[in-house]
Amino acid sequence: MTALLRVEGLTAGYGGVPVLHDVDLAVPEGTICAVLGANGAGKTTLLRTLSGMVRPDRGRILLDGSDLRGLPVEQLIRRGLAHVPEGRGVIDELTVEENLWLGGLFRADRRALRGPLREAYELFPALYARRRHAGHQLSGGERQMLALARALVAKPRLMLLDEPSLGLAPLVVAQIMALLRRLRDDGGLTVLLVEQNVRSALSVADSAVVMAQGRVVAADSAGALVGDDALRHAYLGF
Amino acid sequence: MSRSTLLRHLVVTVACGVLLFGLTYALDPFRDYQLATAAAYLCATAGLTLLAGQSGQLSLGQGALMAVGGYTVALVQNQFGAHNVTTQWALLGSLVAAICVASVAGAVIGVAAARLRGPYLAGLTLVVAVAVPSIGTLWHSLLHGDQGLSVYLLPAPASLGETFPLERWQAWLAVIAALLTMLALGNLSSGRFGRTMRAVRDDEIAAKLAGINVAGTQVTAFVVSAACAGLGGGMLAVLAQSVSPGAYAFTLSLNLLLAVVVGGLGSLTGAVWGSVLLVLLPWLADDLTNSLIHSPAAQQRLAGNLSLAIFGLLLVIVMIAAPGGIQGLLNRAGRRVRGRRERVAAYRAEPSAPDAQPHAPAASRTSIPNP
Amino acid sequence: MDRFVFLTVYGLSRGAIYAAFALALVLIFRATRVVNFAQGVLAVVSAYLAYSVSGATGSYWLGFGAALVSGLVLGAVVERVVMRRVEHAPPLNAVIVALGLVLLTQGILGMIYGNQYRAFPAPFSTVAMTVHGVPLMTRYDLFVFGTVLVLMLALAVLFTRTATGLRMRAAAFAPQVSRLLGVNVGRMLTLGWALAALVGAVAGMLIIPTGLGLHPTAMDLVFVSSFTAAVVGGLDSPIGAVVGGLVVGLVLSYVGGYLNSASTPLAVLALLVVVLLARPGGLFSASTARRV
Repeated sequence: MTALLRVEGLTAGYGGVPVLHDVDLAVPEGTICAVLGANGAGKTTLLRTLSGMVRPDRGRILLDGSDLRGLPVEQLIRRGLAHVPEGRGVIDELTVEENLWLGGLFRADRRALRGPLREAYELFPALYARRRHAGHQLSGGERQMLALARALVAKPRLMLLDEPSLGLAPLVVAQIMALLRRLRDDGGLTVLLVEQNVRSALSVADSAVVMAQGRVVAADSAGALVGDDALRHAYLGF
Repeated sequence: MSRSTLLRHLVVTVACGVLLFGLTYALDPFRDYQLATAAAYLCATAGLTLLAGQSGQLSLGQGALMAVGGYTVALVQNQFGAHNVTTQWALLGSLVAAICVASVAGAVIGVAAARLRGPYLAGLTLVVAVAVPSIGTLWHSLLHGDQGLSVYLLPAPASLGETFPLERWQAWLAVIAALLTMLALGNLSSGRFGRTMRAVRDDEIAAKLAGINVAGTQVTAFVVSAACAGLGGGMLAVLAQSVSPGAYAFTLSLNLLLAVVVGGLGSLTGAVWGSVLLVLLPWLADDLTNSLIHSPAAQQRLAGNLSLAIFGLLLVIVMIAAPGGIQGLLNRAGRRVRGRRERVAAYRAEPSAPDAQPHAPAASRTSIPNP
Repeated sequence: MDRFVFLTVYGLSRGAIYAAFALALVLIFRATRVVNFAQGVLAVVSAYLAYSVSGATGSYWLGFGAALVSGLVLGAVVERVVMRRVEHAPPLNAVIVALGLVLLTQGILGMIYGNQYRAFPAPFSTVAMTVHGVPLMTRYDLFVFGTVLVLMLALAVLFTRTATGLRMRAAAFAPQVSRLLGVNVGRMLTLGWALAALVGAVAGMLIIPTGLGLHPTAMDLVFVSSFTAAVVGGLDSPIGAVVGGLVVGLVLSYVGGYLNSASTPLAVLALLVVVLLARPGGLFSASTARRV
């Protein structure tokens, strides 16, 4: 299996102060890779750098072999990269349906998006019931579903997911993880999953990297990491 | 504020006064009148720079408050004239009345403004600037509409001699008003009130938590600035010996803002540069068009409009390229020169020292952001 | 009673124009949190262009078209060349830059066209039609109502029914997220300014024939009234701007008709103060519009 996303020697930060140091990463197509680590380890900065919101100082970001660096943020989704930011990025003032439409507008007009929208509603029936509601009227779980559904309407090759479990009930988290698993197995979706919730992340991930102070300190298959007691105690706290 | 600061301000004020006093003798009456006009503007711009730059409230209504001062002076002076008051001190009374009335008007606007931020405040004061001149028309019996009022003014005291030009006398009056304004505002802004204002400007919530009366500070700043505008507007009336809505139109408010921004927002010295610019630039522009263009029709169209356009362009460029204004640029240049001198001095004192060491203080100094 | 009816219709007609102009202010405020203090003067530029084109071709409608096109272009140019540079600066800077544009533009217009008022004819009769002997409204009022209605409907369709409108709203509400979704936020901002200037130009074209005529400062009072209208509506709400515009139009018409036409600027001031002190967020704000 070739790596869909390959990150080589990535160094990036804010205002000249590096947060990420020399990060290497490879995510094979059709797999879920979890990025784990404590608060402030650089996980979110990594995602923000991948999606162009933070300019890298050094290193390469290869999506299917072509370098993404320097592309404007709004171009990345056209390369097949969807970023679901922390806090989910649902646009509160727009309705559920408008949010979903917006997710696919870059590649197709409204009429052509009817099919993808129907698929999204089939995946998340709760959203269909609330499709005319504004984003700010949704519950936390519904917002996460909407953010995921909107990213799926874009038909991305790689999805960057930042803390999807944040602030959600365990049952909802389990549903979302199950959904990710299904999307990978049935649809061949590739996911880079940033999570604080290590157990649920490792329950779906194929591989994982552990970050600490802006560096990758371990990278292995999910199973191997679960088995590595020393690492677990040192970095993952369980 | 320490006593030494107060003393320094006093010394600087007296020195400037002596210098300007001598200058009025060197200048011809026309230049004296220009100096007087710049000094009158300075009263208002100094107040505005305190309000906008230090307390963070952008007011577009400063011209309207000048109108309040100007009309007050006109009305009071004309009463003196009607009752044949012949003492020069009467003018002081008129100006104090102008300051008081403008302060009250400023307090009214300030109370409304203290609840407003950003575009709301700018918009409200803009409406004030546009609406206030219409009072002249509305209260026609007293204020005589667009035509305005003439202002009774005594000639220069006879003790100064028969040939003493009125313009020089006016320059003295205006310069004294401006110097007193600068002295008062300089002390105010370097003292406790200045710190309070800047604290409110920088972070209202933090200031509130520190026990500062935020609304009170903002209203006070408005009143102080309005008092200055009243004095400046009154002086303008004394200089022109007339007041009319057209003289205090919305453009005046914009010009005052321009002076404050181009001079350097928040800096009292910047207000000096700005006020001088307000007087010199239109005059230079007119001179330029008159020397370059000979068709009277074209001259008439350029008159006033060219300087207006230059003002606007300056405002845009300064805001985009040098938000610190003239004073900001001067400060930066000064720091660079001082830094170089220190580096040279350090090098001389310790020629064998590595280059990097004497560089350090200079480098850190140039990186201080403009106030 | 007859007078009341007439003043009401007149107020609504003026109010419709204020509403359009206020809507243009709201369009920009929603997208950039900037009140475009230069909007009045931009509309005046369009009106002068229309004046020149009409004068050269003899056709009011060609001039009207020129005003629309110039509005679009001016708005886009101002955003691209000037406002974009103060986008991330403190909000005061944008206000000051816009005011600088006011001075600059008024100076340039004065240099080109001179500072006298120029007659700007209306395309329809401004003599009131009478119904059962009661003067009701002029043909020009009908033209105003029709134009503003078409404008509002077009904007409503654009924003709620088209992909571009959806992108523009998204870019205004959540620029970062919109970029992640492939929206070119910069382009949407330019488009927003262009549209706003177009709407402002239409408002200028409609109102200038009813006033003293064409002058570099012809829109100053209109700006003030429309700003008040937008604040009445909450600066954030398009529907609020429309209602605010009608309210301001009516108030000014009654004040001018029953009291004194010279007192209308003070009436605007009074209205603005009352609204700002009673409901600073405006009458239509869903949330608190002001952040400390």
